[in-house]
Amino acid sequence: MLLVHCPYCEEKRAEIEFAYAGEAHIARPLDPAAMSDEDWARYLFIRSNPRGRHHERWRHIHGCGRFFNAVRDTVTDKFEVTYKAGEPRR
Amino acid sequence: MTRFSAFSLFAKAFGGHQSWPEQWPDASPKPAYDAIIVGAGGHGLGAAYYLAKKYGITNVAVIEKGWLGGGNTGRNTTIIRSNYLYDESANLYDHALKLWDGLSQELNYNTMYSKRGVMMLAHNVHDVQSFKRHIHANRLNGVDNEWLSAEQAKEYCPPLSISPSARYPVLGAALQRRGGTARHDTVAWGYARAAAALGVDIIQNCAVTGIRRGGDGAVLGVETERGFIASKRVGVSAAGHSSVIMQMAGLDFPLESYPLQALVSEPVKPVFPCVVMSNTVHAYMSQSDKGELVIGAGTDQYVSYSQRGALHIVEHTLAAICEIFPIFRRMRMLRTWGGIVDVTPDRSPILGKTPVPGLYVNCGWGTGGFKATPGAADLLAYTMAKDEPHPINAPYNLDRFRTGRLIDEAAAAAVAH
Repeated sequence: MLLVHCPYCEEKRAEIEFAYAGEAHIARPLDPAAMSDEDWARYLFIRSNPRGRHHERWRHIHGCGRFFNAVRDTVTDKFEVTYKAGEPRR
Repeated sequence: MTRFSAFSLFAKAFGGHQSWPEQWPDASPKPAYDAIIVGAGGHGLGAAYYLAKKYGITNVAVIEKGWLGGGNTGRNTTIIRSNYLYDESANLYDHALKLWDGLSQELNYNTMYSKRGVMMLAHNVHDVQSFKRHIHANRLNGVDNEWLSAEQAKEYCPPLSISPSARYPVLGAALQRRGGTARHDTVAWGYARAAAALGVDIIQNCAVTGIRRGGDGAVLGVETERGFIASKRVGVSAAGHSSVIMQMAGLDFPLESYPLQALVSEPVKPVFPCVVMSNTVHAYMSQSDKGELVIGAGTDQYVSYSQRGALHIVEHTLAAICEIFPIFRRMRMLRTWGGIVDVTPDRSPILGKTPVPGLYVNCGWGTGGFKATPGAADLLAYTMAKDEPHPINAPYNLDRFRTGRLIDEAAAAAVAH
């Protein structure tokens, strides 16, 4: 089980307190109607799915309830850093 | 290649079984091939076999980063069924199921396909309605599936508890009698042996590091750890690593890779006659011919390539198993493991051509690819040989994510991962 550091609670807690919430830094387009089908499909479905550094969202669902971002290595599952939502991409 | 028969077995017994030849040579790469398959799992080896057998393309290499059948082919829970809801899915999975029939004879290799029946338990009104809908849809598509009452389910699988005082009592079940299990390793070995006998090179411990494309964008071959191998036709059948390989050709795929865990118990005498799945409490189980109870757990929640998962996922499944089968509460578990599954947004595979000429793909099987092995292999071979998809796999194109014609099976492994 992963140990996840919540940047709001400033504590390392067990993974079962958290919900994974997919890849981070994917902004919803401001004007979907103006987009091509290709771009809309890319926004909806295409994910980087890298072997290595992955930017992802987590939510401390059984704690403070807040969303935050993390960088984790997908080969070792080791967290590099977690940071608050709204902060720039690490 | 020595043909296996009762006679050859008998004859070799006199030599103490010391004189069996190797089943397939460990090939070194040639400079060029007519077709290359990336990934020597059941799907990839099968595709090479059908390319050689059905389409006469024998100058084929199967390139594998690790060892043959060491990925998800050797890590799944060996369940075979075809009771999917949508027409496209029924066509695809039943195509595979029909090929499982007679596969042992065709390959002259015992895949131990056993039609012991796959029973899916209904625990609430929604399950009952949903399963009955599946049953009707399946029957319209010529796929067998029938409704059992709780008592009939208990009769079919005696270890099942149908106690009405259970937290999630069994209200009935859907049974596909043609469903069952097969020995997963033998599928890879059988295809490897039969393909090698037809001239296919199986190249292990040779990771693909790049896909080379010409000025017109078409595929020229693959870069590997053991040098460049030329081929104008490359089929990618790389399961959890499919999106990584496709990125080498400059293609972004709608795939995410998750760890999926499974476990087995200590071996016991035959006690469990079929496959039982429960979507609602999330457990599924069968018994292997070695006697181990084979249990499928869920996916971990995060993207990973680590081929292992967390214990709480296993714990959750075992709690459900103990609830449905109280008889197994004191069983000891022998080992757990994980495989990396490539999941698409609609939980249906991507099987066909790609925007890169000469590059073909068979991926996105997510948590339920083993059952499709012969069918997917056959269809990938067809698509590579004809440069166009077979009508069965035509709906499984990449373009469906742009057009919105998704095949939304949602939980292709019948348990909500």
